[in-house]
Amino acid sequence: MRNPQSAIENPKSRAMLLAALYIAQEQYGWLNPEAIRRVADRLNLTEGQVRSTASFYTLFKLEPQGRYRIQVCEGLSCYLVGGAEPMMDFISKKLKIKPGETTPDGKFTLEVVECLAACDLAPALKVNDELYGQMTAEKIDALLEELRNV
Amino acid sequence: MFEPILTRNIHRPNSEKIATYLAHGGYAAVKLALTKTPDELIEMVKRSGLRGRGGAGFPAGVKWGYMPKGAGIQKFVAVNTDEGEPGTFKDREIVERDPHQVIEGVIIAAYAVGASRAYVYIRGEFFLGVKRWIKAIADAYEYGFLGRNILGSGFDLDMSVHRGAGAYICGEETAMLESLEGKRGNPRLKPPYPAQAGLFGLPTLVHNIETLACIPHIVERGPEWFASIGTAESKGPKIFSVSGHVNRPGNYELPLGVTLREIIYEHAGGIRGGRELKAVIPGGASTPMLTASQIDVPMAYETLKAAGSELGTGAIVVLDVTTCMVETARRLTKFFAHESCGRCTPCRIGSQRLYETLDRIESGKGTMDDIDRAVELARGIDGITFCPMGAMLVNPARSAIQHFRPEFEYHILNKHCLVCKSKERNYG
Repeated sequence: MRNPQSAIENPKSRAMLLAALYIAQEQYGWLNPEAIRRVADRLNLTEGQVRSTASFYTLFKLEPQGRYRIQVCEGLSCYLVGGAEPMMDFISKKLKIKPGETTPDGKFTLEVVECLAACDLAPALKVNDELYGQMTAEKIDALLEELRNV
Repeated sequence: MFEPILTRNIHRPNSEKIATYLAHGGYAAVKLALTKTPDELIEMVKRSGLRGRGGAGFPAGVKWGYMPKGAGIQKFVAVNTDEGEPGTFKDREIVERDPHQVIEGVIIAAYAVGASRAYVYIRGEFFLGVKRWIKAIADAYEYGFLGRNILGSGFDLDMSVHRGAGAYICGEETAMLESLEGKRGNPRLKPPYPAQAGLFGLPTLVHNIETLACIPHIVERGPEWFASIGTAESKGPKIFSVSGHVNRPGNYELPLGVTLREIIYEHAGGIRGGRELKAVIPGGASTPMLTASQIDVPMAYETLKAAGSELGTGAIVVLDVTTCMVETARRLTKFFAHESCGRCTPCRIGSQRLYETLDRIESGKGTMDDIDRAVELARGIDGITFCPMGAMLVNPARSAIQHFRPEFEYHILNKHCLVCKSKERNYG
């Protein structure tokens, strides 16, 4: 039995929610209903509490994701040096998907992100947790090629 | 030539390792601090003139003094490394390359205010930083700088890392506390301030990571030395993140009070392609922009305020003459509209309406009324939002219109951009 009051009585258990969501996301690839349910059970929270919190944070994914999440920064500093939309368009054409979509083979998800705090390395993008800076068309081609062949 | 203080270690090989830190005098300040009384340390930080480096610039020593005294109360220190202000990348550098300097600062702060536990909240995107901090904290335990009876002093402190999950608003201190408690990052109403009722309702000292990095140096070299750097109201060194149209983007540690001109032209190598400067955002995306004629302003809390802007996080975005100011305002406002936590109406709806207005002007569909509408929206949002971040969101649009109004008018009258014309960027 889940007790919604328990999170109030035991704040330390609730405090584990973000860490638990990271673990669940790593296991399932995204926060599917089963992942949400298991986190709720383990921390004695309601599924609503877990889903509400997860949906607040952009790094928690409530939809299936590709194996490689390509996150293109559209911040001001990246835009100023030729990144952002032109870079997104370039990758979008290469992968034949729009931002927010995943390739049919499940390999790539393309995503717009806000400033990655890598303005010194602009234009920047991330693949999963890895940061790539000072990107050019050639470097993007090489990176996509490498990821395709993994 | 200013000798780096906060960034003196970051270019050494293996700078993130405890052995490197110890080899260059690390943790000597903790040993010294533990021989002093908590009140002596609070007094030192007050005398140093150190002000918060996260954006608000509140005097650090005063904050320490607000923490309730007495051993009977459980107290916390929370380290804010949820760096998300566009243009800012100083915390990323410290997090990844010199965690021990900050751990040392946290130990001293915790000892001074009587906290038994420290939480380090690191932006979720800083994956490398999180990994390095987990290792750094484990090493600090092993060497006896954390845990029970630190260096035989009888003082106990535990520390753990918490990974954020992608929310700009969690850089606001009370939103960060909510997030640490495992909740949505909605800011809390102040007062009570975190020093009175912070994490789990208990007194909590919250500082930006750069503020805490200053502490070991103040203890070791003395508050008078620290206060000898800088201007009348802005003391000590500051890490300036410089990006945009400069030849050498990067972090530059300089004394507060250095002019914007010196940073741009001497340290960051001037404007790319030798082009002319147009405008500068001096303290991160939420601070009002300055024009090229204002760059002799010293980078200090009081002087930037007098110039109509803020020191903010000290993140400088340099815009040359090829930059469209309408697009700059549109893009930054889009960011704030996206990152609004949605709690209060002026920020949630206001940011969206402001963005739509700017987007209309930028795409050549605006009318002359839209400029006044943007100004009116900014006036309506400012001052009535739940948290300070809401009020700051109007700054890009308001300052761009204030300084570059003819450019907005040109967009509306000609349905294309004044500066982008050479790139044949015409709109329907």
